This record gives sequence, C-alpha cells and structure tokens, in this order.
Amino acid sequence: MSNTTIVPFGPQHPVLPEPIHLDLELDDERVVRALPSIGYVHRGLELLAERYDFIEMANVAERICGICSFIHGQGYCQGVEQLMGVEAPPRAAWLRTVWGEISRIQSHVLWLGLAADALGYESLFQHSWRIREMMVDIIEETTGGRVIFGVCKVGGIRKNVDDETLGRVRQRIGEIRVAFDEIATIFREDPTVRQRTVGVGLLSAADARALGAVGPVLRASGVVHDTRQLGYAAYGALEWEPIIEQDGDCYARCLVRVREVDQSFDLITQCLDRMPAGEIEVSVKGKRPTGEAMFRLEQPRGEVCYYISASGKKNLDRFRVRTPTFANIAPLIHMLGGCELADVPVIVLTIDPCVSCNER
Amino acid sequence: MSWSWSVWPISNLVMRSALHKPVTRLYPTERRTPYARTRGHIEFRIDNCNFCTICAHKCPTLAIQVNKQDKTWAIDHSRCILCSICVEDCREGCISLSPVPSPPMRAKEVLTFRQEYEAPPPRETVAVALP
Repeated sequence: MSNTTIVPFGPQHPVLPEPIHLDLELDDERVVRALPSIGYVHRGLELLAERYDFIEMANVAERICGICSFIHGQGYCQGVEQLMGVEAPPRAAWLRTVWGEISRIQSHVLWLGLAADALGYESLFQHSWRIREMMVDIIEETTGGRVIFGVCKVGGIRKNVDDETLGRVRQRIGEIRVAFDEIATIFREDPTVRQRTVGVGLLSAADARALGAVGPVLRASGVVHDTRQLGYAAYGALEWEPIIEQDGDCYARCLVRVREVDQSFDLITQCLDRMPAGEIEVSVKGKRPTGEAMFRLEQPRGEVCYYISASGKKNLDRFRVRTPTFANIAPLIHMLGGCELADVPVIVLTIDPCVSCNER
Repeated sequence: MSWSWSVWPISNLVMRSALHKPVTRLYPTERRTPYARTRGHIEFRIDNCNFCTICAHKCPTLAIQVNKQDKTWAIDHSRCILCSICVEDCREGCISLSPVPSPPMRAKEVLTFRQEYEAPPPRETVAVALP
C-alpha cells in the first residue's frame, strides 16, 4: 500500500491567474506525479469560424486571448492571406511586427510581475506592472484599444500610424527601456529571486525536445528554436538571434523572458528606423479562401499553429489553433515530478500558462 | 547569508518610489485624458441618417438595429465591440467614435434613436377659373 497523498492544486489558486487543475500525488512534501485536467474556460471559439464570415472571424481570433490578442489576430489573418494568395503591403507587415513585439513586451513584463507575486515579492510585482502600463499606453495611442488591438484585418491593417506618433513611440520606448533595466537587474541579481528559482523545475534539452516544449521553456533549456526565424512579417529583414539559456531551470526561463524584452525593444527600434511608406492594405473584395493552410507564429509563450481549411465559401470549414500552453503542459508535468510542494506554483507559472488560449 | 538594505537590488527603486509622487491617479476625482484614437464609445446623430441599414448589416455582433419604416436606429452597447466598422462605412457621417469611455452600465439597455415624424409640406393649390 502506497503512502502517497493526492492534493488538488487549482483551478482556483492564489498564484494562478487562470484556472488549471492539477492532482498532485505527494510522498510527504515531494511530488511523485502530477495529473492535469483542463477545460474550465472552454468557449467554443473555433466553432464560430463555421458561422462567421472569414473577414469578421479576425475579430473572434483576436479574442482567443487577452494577452497575446494581436498575435492571434495576426496569425489568423496571415493564414487566410496565405490561402488566398494575397500578401499584405510592406508597411502593414512592419507595423504588424511592431505591434507583435509590443505585445510580447507587455506579456513578458506582465509575466515577470506575476512571477514576482508567486515568489512573494510584492514590490517587484507592482513595479513590473507599472512598466507594463507604459506599454499598454503605447498600444492605446497607436491602436485605440488597451487589450484588444482591433487593427489586424485580412489583407493588411485597418489603421495607419503617422510618423509623428511613431516618433513619440520611439521616444517612449527609450524611456521604458531605462525603467525596465532597473527591473531586469533585480530579476538577474536579487537573492530572493535566485533562491526560489535556481535549480528548481529542471528540464534538460533532450527532455524539452522529446516532450515538445515551445517558446521560452524550450529556449531556457538551450535549444535554439524560435518561429520568428521563419521570417514572417518583417522578421526576415531584421537583425536578431534567438535568446537561449543553458540551465533549464525556473531561473533560466525567467532570464530568457527578461532578455527577450530587451531584444523586443531592439526589434521595435529597428522597425521604426526602417518603416517603409505606402499602402497599409490590399483589397480582398470578391476573393474567397480555398484549400488548406498551416501557419506558425511565435507568441510570447511560444510557437502557435493555425490550421485553416476553406472551400471557397464565405465561412471557413475549419479553424484550429494549437496554442503554446498546450504544448508546454507535458514538459510541466515532467518538471513537477520530484519537486517540493512549495515549488509547484513557481514551476507552473514559469511555463506562463495561458488557459484561455489553451481552451479557446 | 547576510544582506544589508543597501545591497538589495530593489532598495534604490523602493526608496525613490516612496519619496516620489504616486504613479496612480485618484480615480474618479482625477481622470486620465484619453488618446485621440482611443475607442471609447459609439456616438450617433440622427439628423442626417437616411436609414440605409448599411451599419446594421456590417456590424459583426449585430449590435445595431435599424428600422427603415419606423425611422429608428438602436445600438446595444453591451454587444458593441467598438470595431468602428460602422463609423468607417456610414456615408452620411452620422456615426462617430468618441474617445471617452462610456460609463459603466447598471443594466443591459438598448439605446434607441427615433427620427420625429415630419409632415410633408402642403401642396400648392392652383386657382383654376371655373367656367
């Protein structure tokens, strides 16, 4: 007879921003096994693709998630454009890149705040979110929305951003970068952060590959894989290298995100320096998507795949999203094996679980 | 491990924040100025509306209902996602996007505008000389 105890973790837990449930099988304070269960916020958004016009569906795709909303909209639109054989104009592609990177910064800084909260570091949590608020202000000034950007459409973008506004964005990005450097130093050097994260939730490069980890979880284990290397939107024309760390623990995953924020500031600056002029959309009037398309993008949490199937009607036949959180659940279960119960919230948080994305 | 307060990396930031004025606002007495592009709420002026129903047809969430016979235009703000497609497609310029956010709704309500009935001008009577 085993002496293990099963402790439920979630779906309502102080450290979890969204509901995911784990049954933790414990031997004393050590986790022997973890069993996940999901489905608490399933909304059936994929089915709406069969009811909505493929143009209107971009609005639904953007609402899959509140944090990476723009990137979901971008992925959907680029997938449909690929099906229709349409290419967005260069200015639209570059502005999409800028908004995608702004989205990545605000997502990573939001996560850093949540991670600090999980570590019990309330002041760092508040300061991280103060910086995130500055990024959200940029989103509001350029798009009009704070959570839902509402600017991506099939064929391009819906709103142009004039050069004067882009100049202001450049200036404010510089200010935010200075403010973020202070926070980044704390995450890199503070003994509170290091003691709670170094050596916790180890995932080797071989395990990360075998279990299909994506995004910062994969790169923190030393695997060079970033979907932006495919060169979609403007990434092919920008100078950058994927950020990797070798240790594969919670601290490495934290550092990857800190360094990716710095890299995103660089990418935005490069885009603003080389922003092409011209049209922001091409007309898709009278065209209908036909066939099957698979499109991959790099979200803040990792690689997201969109499968779109259409047969020349105004509604799509099928719209399927494979989100990064889903891919990272198997590595999470592996990381939880053998860890202390007190480390479970930190490990769960380091995959940056976005349950709304995951369950759509 | 012994750490003095001066060597904690967050010490400078915390001290500066403690002496600095608050980052947050005293809402609702102090309100932020919205950006020019902020999607606040949809405004409607019925003066020039010809009830063409394009806005109702284009609305992705069916938040707008237009009745040509009754000359009414109605919007359900709880369904509106502020995509501003109606603003872009209104030929008469009756619909606009205000940057000021709408106040919180106490109950679900549909805002209806009705154009007042205007009697047609009286027909001119022509005096005909009877034989």
